[in-house]
Amino acid sequence: MTSMAYNNEELRELYRELILDHARSPRHFGKLTDATHSAEGINPLCGDKLKMYFRIDADDCISDACFEGSGCAISVASASLLTDTVIGLKTEDALKYFSALVGRLAGRQDAENNNADADINLGKLRALEGVKEFPSRVKCATLAWHALNSAIRHDAKPATTE
Amino acid sequence: MSQASLTNAADAQVDIANCRGDFPALSQEINGHPIAFLDSAASSQQPSAVIDAIREYQRHDHANVHRGVYTLSHRATEAYEGARDRIGAFINAASRSEVVYTSGTTESINLVAQSFCRPSLKPGDRILITHLEHHSNIVPWQLVCEQTGAELLIAPINQRGEVELDALIKLLDDNIKMLAVAHVSNALGTILPLPQIITEAHSREIPVLIDGAQAVPHLPVDVQELDCDFYSFSAHKMFGPTGTGILYGKETLLDKMPPYQGGGDMILEVKFAGTTYNDLPYKFEAGTPNISGAIGLGAAVDYLRPLGMERVSRYEHELLTFLTERLSAIDGIRLIGTAEHKASVQSFLLDDIHPHDLGTILDHEGVAVRTGHHCAMPVMDFYGIPGTARASLALYNNKDDIDALVEGLGKAKEIFSA
Repeated sequence: MTSMAYNNEELRELYRELILDHARSPRHFGKLTDATHSAEGINPLCGDKLKMYFRIDADDCISDACFEGSGCAISVASASLLTDTVIGLKTEDALKYFSALVGRLAGRQDAENNNADADINLGKLRALEGVKEFPSRVKCATLAWHALNSAIRHDAKPATTE
Repeated sequence: MSQASLTNAADAQVDIANCRGDFPALSQEINGHPIAFLDSAASSQQPSAVIDAIREYQRHDHANVHRGVYTLSHRATEAYEGARDRIGAFINAASRSEVVYTSGTTESINLVAQSFCRPSLKPGDRILITHLEHHSNIVPWQLVCEQTGAELLIAPINQRGEVELDALIKLLDDNIKMLAVAHVSNALGTILPLPQIITEAHSREIPVLIDGAQAVPHLPVDVQELDCDFYSFSAHKMFGPTGTGILYGKETLLDKMPPYQGGGDMILEVKFAGTTYNDLPYKFEAGTPNISGAIGLGAAVDYLRPLGMERVSRYEHELLTFLTERLSAIDGIRLIGTAEHKASVQSFLLDDIHPHDLGTILDHEGVAVRTGHHCAMPVMDFYGIPGTARASLALYNNKDDIDALVEGLGKAKEIFSA
């Protein structure tokens, strides 16, 4: 890997290699035909639109996840990382990742959730932490996760970041 | 003194290239770079003359207008009504009765939809707009169509982002009760051929509303020469404050329209048995108006008038040509909006980099551009894209701003090709 000529730590943190990789080659991209749960995530401000699909088995385990739609590198990478993360998880554990990540990035989730999920190891989701320096982009990074939350809770309306 | 001689006199005095210094917001650095503000189509910066006029009014002259007999109310009324006269002269309205203060272009268009169109629209009637309109020249018509059973028709555009004039003219028939079009497209920069469009519409007795929000800060606008029936624009896109705008309407039409809202100031006499409405333009100005906004808009007009809008237009056109040339030279650029006649706006995409990512990286370099759908989602659908990055110019921009943009795009390419 050649060293990048731009000398900007914050931008490099935002567009880490892992993020760019997932943005360019999103995992589990497409429609899940046997989905049991799905939800749209819409960022009305910028027009990002993702649809998240999940197959949740009788034992509450997420056995598959897919997504389709369009968005910026951050929102697509986040959705891709989400699918990688939640497949194989119980829904309650997936929701813990949701609140831990949203809390970490936005720094405004309720304290109780934050504390309860503070011990969650975000693993490669930590690659998304670069958005903390870019407040206008936090919504991009959390869009798919809000949709996950809606899908599991069976909300009828699309999730928005507003 | 006529406008022509004012302009000539100013030619010798004011160099537009020096105007930047009049705008305090443009002297700052953003993320360590001199600000390159290329988002005036969303909202323009304000010169000291506007900021000071509002401040002076707030500090010394504030009172309600048209009400008090005391000195302050008199001063506020003079300033508020004086601004109306100068704004009217700026667009060459025939009389001050034709210059209605609103909260902006959006309210101006809603006013016409509800007050001019709604009372007479019926099922089978149609309203015609074009495919390149801003949401504020789409949704008010959708609303009034829902309310009346009328239908909204859309005149098509071509790949360059120009309205298909022949197709538009073909759609003009007896069922069309209003033609509402932009003067300049906010997403594409296209200047519409208004003289032709208006002549064609009028030959079929169809009234025409112009959304002039993106035109007034960039082009000479003469509503009498255009012969449009309504013309709407916003102060904050022409170096004035937010929350203020104008609806110009021909007096004969405004006269017949019922009030848009009821309240104080729009009445002559109120009795429970019935109310007599005030004269034009006050009939449409219910409640205490945005007095400081109107004064700010008046100051913006005072700022623009000696510069001469012909000269502003020439200066910006040269800059737009430079912008388009510089962008075109970038490998992987796709220009959106390549009409033959354009003003002040260039939308684009770069490689497969999403516009929001471009926006973030450019901001990091001190360059402010708008990214997204620009409140013109049907335009984005037309091109099959979720959005664009848009650089938009105003008289205070210069080639350095464009160089900064091009450099920032280079950085974006570097990051995304890593």
